[in-house]
Amino acid sequence: MTSWAFVLLFLAGARADEIPAPLSGAKGDPQRGRAIVANRQVGLCLLCHNGPFPEERFQGDLAPDLRGVGSRLTEGEIRLRLVDPARANPQTIMPAYYKTDGLTRVAPSYRGKPVLSAEQIEDVLAYLVTLK
Amino acid sequence: MRAAALFLAAFCACTQAGEIPLAERRSGYEFMGRETRAMQDDDTTNPALFALLDGETLWNRADGAAGRACAACHGDAAQSMKGVAARYPAIVGAKPLNLEQRINACRVEKQRAAAFAYESKELLALTAYVARQSRGLPIAIEANDTTRPFIDAGRALYERRQGQLNLACSQCHDDNWGRSLAGTPIPQAHPTGYPIYRLEWQAMGSLERRLRNCMIGARAEPYAYGSPEMVELELYLMWRARGMKLETPAVRP
Ligand code: HEC
Ligand code: HEC
Repeated sequence: MTSWAFVLLFLAGARADEIPAPLSGAKGDPQRGRAIVANRQVGLCLLCHNGPFPEERFQGDLAPDLRGVGSRLTEGEIRLRLVDPARANPQTIMPAYYKTDGLTRVAPSYRGKPVLSAEQIEDVLAYLVTLK
Repeated sequence: MRAAALFLAAFCACTQAGEIPLAERRSGYEFMGRETRAMQDDDTTNPALFALLDGETLWNRADGAAGRACAACHGDAAQSMKGVAARYPAIVGAKPLNLEQRINACRVEKQRAAAFAYESKELLALTAYVARQSRGLPIAIEANDTTRPFIDAGRALYERRQGQLNLACSQCHDDNWGRSLAGTPIPQAHPTGYPIYRLEWQAMGSLERRLRNCMIGARAEPYAYGSPEMVELELYLMWRARGMKLETPAVRP
């Protein structure tokens, strides 16, 4: 989006900072979402984040603690930060979980695939909104 | 929330750490636990000892169609190889060669033997043995008209986001060193101790193997061993660590 478009949206009061609509038809499942977040090969979230996972000894501290994220951000704001966090912060180190363009030298086995599927994003989201 | 996000964006932009000031550089050694450091410090417990002994044997063994040993041309490694590893990758002809490539060039041209494969036991042993002769010496890579284009290319690679996870080396090693990546402290990525004995590998490995691990971690396609990109990246890292002391053979977790 150009900065002008951003300013116009801003003035119009539209929320450039969120994706309000679900990415998939089915409603996300918080239990499945929790498992994805905790899994080092699937969600990879705990590489960088901490969260309420007493069973996971090794968690990261490059990113905000996930506790309370459901009160800090709306559902749409969290969805945007999973899909493409650079839209909230262009400098962010957090990977885009649902984006396949604009990447360099992706390993062949991952090429053309997002880190998580639309269903998985909705599962993760359904879990994150419970973290009040 | 919008205002908060904008504020956060501005905040993060100005806390991007960028290049580490020379005086704040730390070897990976300093990020290790006490036991791993002790293992590196004591020659008799350092698991790389066996590679050094193999390397010494290879140094003295006549080989190839020329039937000559490294020692036949270079004599005592403790003298002739002192300081060599501290200035590699070095420009040979028109491009930088790393130490492994330099050793293989001698094998092919002088010994008329086959080059050792990357990560072979022999190449790691001989490289570790040669680099051991520079232990304690400061890394001596200079940026000048000849080296600068290659250093700059390596830096560009280091700062470029790559892979499905879209991460640049600099985002971890310049901006977030000292923090914890899933419980592992992120070091500053100084190539001070290579080849290393890595506990996770249960084996010796080269700097390129370590770099490939980080690329694979970002889900990027790693560059081939000995490719120009890899050697430029090594050269940039060595220049970035200029003045720091070589520790070869280091132990790393
Ligand atoms: C490589 C690091 C990294 C990974 C992996 C990562 N994040 Fe993040 N995340 C960050 C950082 C850093 C921020 C802080 C804001 C920013 O820089 O954009 C953040 C912010 C967030 C936020 C907003 C938090 C707030 O309080 O504003 C949410 C929600 C989030 N991440 C969820 C996740 C989830 C869920 C996963 C895994 C599916 C994940 N992150 C994986 C680094 C990461
Ligand atoms: C997501 C974070 C991350 C990214 C991105 C990353 N690294 Fe690393 N790197 C690490 C961690 C963590 C370690 C230490 C691993 C260990 O000790 O098990 C490490 C180790 C290293 C080391 C070994 C340092 C030593 O003391 O021996 C080097 C060199 C290195 N990285 C270079 C790079 C380069 C070059 C890139 C880009 C191609 C890169 N890294 C990308 C996290 C990262």
